[in-house]
Amino acid sequence: MDAEEHAPGTTAAPLDVARSDASLRRFLHGLPGVDQVGAEARAAALGTRSIKTTAKATALDLAISMVDLTTLEGADTQGKVRALGAKAVHPDPSDASCPRVAAVCVYPDMVATAKAAVGASGVKVAAVATAFPSGRAALDIKLADTRDAVEAGADEIDMVIDRGAFLSGRYLEVYEEIVAVREACGPAHLKVILETGELATYDNVRRASWLAMLAGGHFIKTSTGKVQPAATLPVTMIMLEAVRDFREATGVQIGVKPAGGIRSAKDAIKNLVVVNEVAGPDWLDPDWFRFGASTLLNDLLMQRIKLTTGRYTGPDYVTVD
Amino acid sequence: MARTELEYAPAPESRSIVDIKASYGLFVGGEFVDGHGSSFKTVNPATEEVLAEVAEADEHDVDLAVKAARRAYDRVWSRMPGSERAKYLFRIARIIAERSRELAVLESIDNGKPIREARDVDVPIVAAHFFYYAGWADKLRHSGYGETPLGVAAQVIPWNFPLMMLAWKVAPALACGNTVVLKPAETTPLTALLFAEICQQAELPPGVVNIVTGAGATGQALVGHPDVDKVAFTGSTEVGKAIARSVAGTDKRLTLELGGKAANIVFDDAPLDQAVEGVVNGIFFNQGHVCCAGSRLLVQESVAEEVLHRLKRRMATLRVGDPLDKNTDVGAINSPEQLARIRELSEAGEAEGAERWTAPCQLPDTGWWFAPTLFTDVTQAHRIAREEIFGPVLSVLTFRTPAEAVAKANNTPYGLSAGIWSDKGSRILQVASQLRAGVVWANTFNQFDPTSPFGGYKESGQGREGGRHGLEAYLR
Repeated sequence: MDAEEHAPGTTAAPLDVARSDASLRRFLHGLPGVDQVGAEARAAALGTRSIKTTAKATALDLAISMVDLTTLEGADTQGKVRALGAKAVHPDPSDASCPRVAAVCVYPDMVATAKAAVGASGVKVAAVATAFPSGRAALDIKLADTRDAVEAGADEIDMVIDRGAFLSGRYLEVYEEIVAVREACGPAHLKVILETGELATYDNVRRASWLAMLAGGHFIKTSTGKVQPAATLPVTMIMLEAVRDFREATGVQIGVKPAGGIRSAKDAIKNLVVVNEVAGPDWLDPDWFRFGASTLLNDLLMQRIKLTTGRYTGPDYVTVD
Repeated sequence: MARTELEYAPAPESRSIVDIKASYGLFVGGEFVDGHGSSFKTVNPATEEVLAEVAEADEHDVDLAVKAARRAYDRVWSRMPGSERAKYLFRIARIIAERSRELAVLESIDNGKPIREARDVDVPIVAAHFFYYAGWADKLRHSGYGETPLGVAAQVIPWNFPLMMLAWKVAPALACGNTVVLKPAETTPLTALLFAEICQQAELPPGVVNIVTGAGATGQALVGHPDVDKVAFTGSTEVGKAIARSVAGTDKRLTLELGGKAANIVFDDAPLDQAVEGVVNGIFFNQGHVCCAGSRLLVQESVAEEVLHRLKRRMATLRVGDPLDKNTDVGAINSPEQLARIRELSEAGEAEGAERWTAPCQLPDTGWWFAPTLFTDVTQAHRIAREEIFGPVLSVLTFRTPAEAVAKANNTPYGLSAGIWSDKGSRILQVASQLRAGVVWANTFNQFDPTSPFGGYKESGQGREGGRHGLEAYLR
């Protein structure tokens, strides 16, 4: 999209608003508000779409290809990460037509193991960094954490924002931290986790989304998965509105990743409906939309097997991680 | 990776749940009886398929129905303690909820509205209305309007929300101890006749609810019947005026719920995505066949361009087509007559110099359809800004100051509803207090609740339906 096609009314030169804390605040607080009741009603209405037969088959494969297969436990082992990598490459070993997932998502110390497990399959390796999940560390430690993951071979970095700074209104601090992490990422793509469960209002979700996009994040991501509520449908919708509006204003397309709480194929399909009708079909692609999930993949696979064979299988017919 | 298109496959609701008979009689004195007049056909507006032959009640039939209602009033219903009447109303409400899918499918087939709306809006509100007024039946002495019923109520309802309008009329009338003779619209009689079956199933005493089908002549015979104590009408302002004239000079009590040309006012500090959603809901809900539809968008100059951009983008995602498809957003126009009126006014809009924009969508080959449309460069003088189109057509006007918004919003013979979109609470309250409209929604639109009174100013009608206020129309 070139500059002439910009949406009317969104002409604020976005890359210029971070001159000072004051100008950043003016910009973020000048964004149109979000009416909570209306936003939730709209998301609920989209959730009633009935996606059946051929549409369901398309949606299931698309959803599988968008999964960031995740394990983020203190008890993670190399064996578990290798198993995850194998599953990411061949989610359904009995069916070669099943697409691979988008990425595996691990802690930085598991990057090398994950990288070896996915090999040259095209599955990306994402690492959470910047003192995930709380984000409570000094900036140089966060940057070292990031560089460490990138050096180990991570293709993507999932960082967390400093919610304390954001909620207390120190927007420039948050902005500069994201800019610094983006620099530390080098060639790796940066996903910015807003931890929407701690942001309390949809207005804040919209502001944090814009802040992350202005600072150069490639993706905005709802949650760490360690805080509830995580990726609710209205939150994902607000973020999709933000990336839609950002592209109209700047020509730059940003991805969205809901993470945490999406466990069923049905929920995943609701998310795809929202992507389709709010941001538009340009985002129906693993480059622009991801699901951060662990248990979701198995339900997608069981639904896929049901659709292709006509029979329901049980959890014993898909692999445990 | 090539871009994936997520085309929604057809997701039709099964119509096998509802059993449509080849012909229907009148519901009088608790029984289905043949009429003395001729019959008429009711048609599925999405397919033009004839659904059933329905008896057309003549004066004689209407007289029998009023007599049945009078008998039931004198002998049973007016004497029954409110706590007992409540039991019947609760029972009806429960049966409506139990048979909701059947009612929703039939409403969609006969009216043309999307099954999503019939299922998620119409039928739940219908059940809620009966539940709500069932609760009033034994508490009337706390209503502030007395507890004496009026007698026999003649009720004439429109085709846009056949069951919901039935509920708004029948539930309060029965709760207060009146008996009713109801005439549904000639293009949408089927759910009222299914409701008659529900009355039988609930073992409602014979004659408490009577349903006479037919067109204008049947309605005239009903409201003109000398033994009717109360007339309640929802429909066009033109017919409402005629009814007011015919009732003038009699002892009959009258409530009218008529047309509208509501303004949906979007200020520059509005939550824009939700405002756009509300504007879309305001005018395209039920194909715009809504008396309180937000058919005039008044948008503040400074955000007009952006709102229009967002509105058109949103309108392009509306799914128009088979009403029984669960993913349909906009269904069929109820009748060829209505379609002709929408077309005529839209053409007048173009002829008068307004700019027409139509959402890109494929309309089915059979049935009656009109694509979601908006007009910009509309002035207060244009017919499309003054006359009720009653279809999926939005007229967009701009304003500069709140005072101008109020002046334009009020500059209409109607006054049923209005909407205000702003993040500023003080502005909402100030503007709402100046709008001459019976219902003012703030940061939402087309919200209906049985506890909330609904009704108009000026040519939009007199009296209120819903809430405690709705009892006044049925008590003395």
